[in-house]
Amino acid sequence: MITKRIIPCLDVRDGRVVKGVNFENLGDVASPVELAEFYTNAGADELVFYDITASAEGRGIFTGILRETARRVFIPLTVGGGINTLLDFERVLSAGADKVSINSGAIRDPSLARAASRRYGSQCVVLSVDVKRVNGVFRVFARGGRDDTGLEALSWISSQVQAGAGEVVVNSIDTDGVKGGFDLELLERVCDLVDVPVIASGGAGKSEDFVTLFSQVPKVSAGLAASIFHFGEVKISDLKDTLKQENIPVRIVK
Amino acid sequence: MVAIVDYGVGNLFSLCSSFAAIGAEAVVTNDAMVLKSASHVLLPGVGAFEDARLRLSRSGLEDTLRELVSNGTPLMGVCLGMQLLFDESLEFGVHKGLGFIPGRVIGMQGTIDESLLIPHIGWNGLQKTQDHPLLSGIEDGDCVYFVHSFFASECDESVIATTEYGVQMTAAVARGNVLGCQFHPEKSGEVGLKILKNFVNFGERA
Repeated sequence: MITKRIIPCLDVRDGRVVKGVNFENLGDVASPVELAEFYTNAGADELVFYDITASAEGRGIFTGILRETARRVFIPLTVGGGINTLLDFERVLSAGADKVSINSGAIRDPSLARAASRRYGSQCVVLSVDVKRVNGVFRVFARGGRDDTGLEALSWISSQVQAGAGEVVVNSIDTDGVKGGFDLELLERVCDLVDVPVIASGGAGKSEDFVTLFSQVPKVSAGLAASIFHFGEVKISDLKDTLKQENIPVRIVK
Repeated sequence: MVAIVDYGVGNLFSLCSSFAAIGAEAVVTNDAMVLKSASHVLLPGVGAFEDARLRLSRSGLEDTLRELVSNGTPLMGVCLGMQLLFDESLEFGVHKGLGFIPGRVIGMQGTIDESLLIPHIGWNGLQKTQDHPLLSGIEDGDCVYFVHSFFASECDESVIATTEYGVQMTAAVARGNVLGCQFHPEKSGEVGLKILKNFVNFGERA
């Protein structure tokens, strides 16, 4: 039976993990490569590296880190942040990424998903969407959730999947950072709409939130989170054990 | 030395890294001489069957592969590389495969339960159907990473492991010195590395 995926997300700026990581016995881990290895050994099913660098120099450092990670970690790697053109796809894929996540780049150029999926296959193209309710309507926000694009989220997601996006990361701005659980209403709507894997993001505060997610919205393929893993509030190995006890299929790393 | 066949499909970075991680020397090549000097040959592949098939025949690599197989060199196909080993594929038409293993590649669409997502993406458990050195040390339920929309059928005799996705789907095959994995061992963590190590240790060159 296919397992539900648990995906930690690492924000990387100038070669360091942005949110410092404090684990018992580990101290502050700011090296993305070390953290990627740590999460992999703990049972992460996939990793997302999010490049929040602005400078070209920082971009070069990021590519180097990606290459080093891909030499040491043998699970799927998704890269996002600053992906605007096919050249950006090429840059990160040749450095060891397996999938590329597009967000603002797809909003600026809605044909990017089609062009990228034609060249690299749709399994390689992940649409990431930041969604917020505005007057009761799900709207797409850009620039890390700062700008309301005016786009209606469900039709945007549907059109991008049709264009070639092979997976969708749905990040709810309404639940993000609140740690009160995932946005089940939004996720349910997206899962009913598309027939590609949907990855839930935004709102996880504890292991039980993942249990609720996978039992209430069984079509969701994966749960993504950042800070709860970074700050050790939830350990991936414990989370997997909890999910297994609740009869949710997960991959247990020995 | 493992030779990874370079015919312009797929990202070979992780395959190379994973062989390095298990201490095996690996080269990426389209040179027939290098392929013939290798102890093991890996046929990768991502993308469309027909395109990959044409690339193999037009480049002459198909003839080299046939020679290697008849010489007894262990050859392993991964993902689309595995599908190419069969007689034919029904992916967007009917296309002849390399014919090293009897069987045909069919689509999930219309074959599996409609509620299941296609492609089959993610970690799924293996069920061994035969004892084979490629799966030495692998236990039933060990998860590996899949990404595919088509799968091999009518190949029961060669199947050494399946995975459950609506039906029992071919996950790994073996016929003499020809081996194949539908999943990506280079993306399947420690389990995948173990399988690659088993491949490198498989057989002796005739």
